[in-house]
Amino acid sequence: MEDGDVISKARNFICQRISETELDPGLDIFECGYVNSLFAMELVLFVEKEFGVVIENEDLDLDNFKSLNAISQFVGKKLTLA
Amino acid sequence: MTELSTVAENKAGETRLKKDKSENTVGVIGAGVMGSGVAQNLAQSGFRVVLVDNDEQALEKTRTDIYNNVRFQAFRMKDKSKADDPNVILDRIHFTSQYDLLKDAFYVIENVPEKWAIKSTIYPLLDEVCPEHTVYAADTSCYSVTRIGAETNRPDKVVGIHFMNPVPMKNTVEVIKGWHSSEQSLEITAQLLADMGKEGIVVNDMPGFVSNRILMLTVNEAIFVLQDEVATAQQVDDIFKKCFGHKMGPLETADLIGLDTILYSVDVLHESYGDSKYRPSPLLKKMVDAGLLGRKSGQGFYKYA
Repeated sequence: MEDGDVISKARNFICQRISETELDPGLDIFECGYVNSLFAMELVLFVEKEFGVVIENEDLDLDNFKSLNAISQFVGKKLTLA
Repeated sequence: MTELSTVAENKAGETRLKKDKSENTVGVIGAGVMGSGVAQNLAQSGFRVVLVDNDEQALEKTRTDIYNNVRFQAFRMKDKSKADDPNVILDRIHFTSQYDLLKDAFYVIENVPEKWAIKSTIYPLLDEVCPEHTVYAADTSCYSVTRIGAETNRPDKVVGIHFMNPVPMKNTVEVIKGWHSSEQSLEITAQLLADMGKEGIVVNDMPGFVSNRILMLTVNEAIFVLQDEVATAQQVDDIFKKCFGHKMGPLETADLIGLDTILYSVDVLHESYGDSKYRPSPLLKKMVDAGLLGRKSGQGFYKYA
């Protein structure tokens, strides 16, 4: 899967939630206040379902889900290891 | 702190409680947000839990919610290897619609919706199946524990616990002593709460207890202030946050709780005390009629995405 695919799908998911049409891939969505940490749980479930990766306890770190770039890197790493 | 089993043996002559918490069963009635949190908290504290709800879909949703809530606790942990295994926690909870399974429960926590027509039907069912020594706790923010006790055959074994949401993360609760609640029932409650990692502040039984009687009056008055155009919602909340150091202002709190719930609670206080100081603000009524219920409807005093 291309990085762009992950970013595009994750962008759709997050933008739907925050009622925005655009999202900077590097923007920290937790720090800027778009969403709170409870949304991280929804993001994890979305990433698992959408990209077919298994997320372990040690992966449950906000840094892996804080931006579109972070999600893309994380998914890429998990798919490489799989 | 005395072990639960010792409390029961010394004060009630009971020997049914085992020192190993996994051999002690706690009943939880209602699989809504509060019941789910209570069941999760108990299971994570090592108790065996029987979670009863007559809605099979609600039970299934709660099973998934508890699995995810336990799993995602790792987000907040530095050493993620210490996180509980959600499957182990779920194994300690029996999800059922059968009250009969409460026959081994030494303690039952009732968390059904705050409607008397629903709450009052639960206790006769408990009396039919629970042993005589079983203590009942009503998880309520408004109903008189004395009145609930009158629905049972054991008013001395009925107390109130006002859990806060989310239950597993809130370490202090309001414990309500009804007219007939015995010291032994309060002692067992304190021990159970301690095992759940909580402290109970014991107060007497009057409508709204401490928390809701004061909070609802504050929220209602904040809405009057807005109605009288003394300040904007943001200004009201900023004064509480920036001047008093509160984490949230009264109007943000109202949006979080839900304006319909606020109106219901204020109405209960108004009716119970017959005192006009609890009259609901006309603006609150108007917003509820307009469907502006706070976060859950997307708009209250603030707009939500």
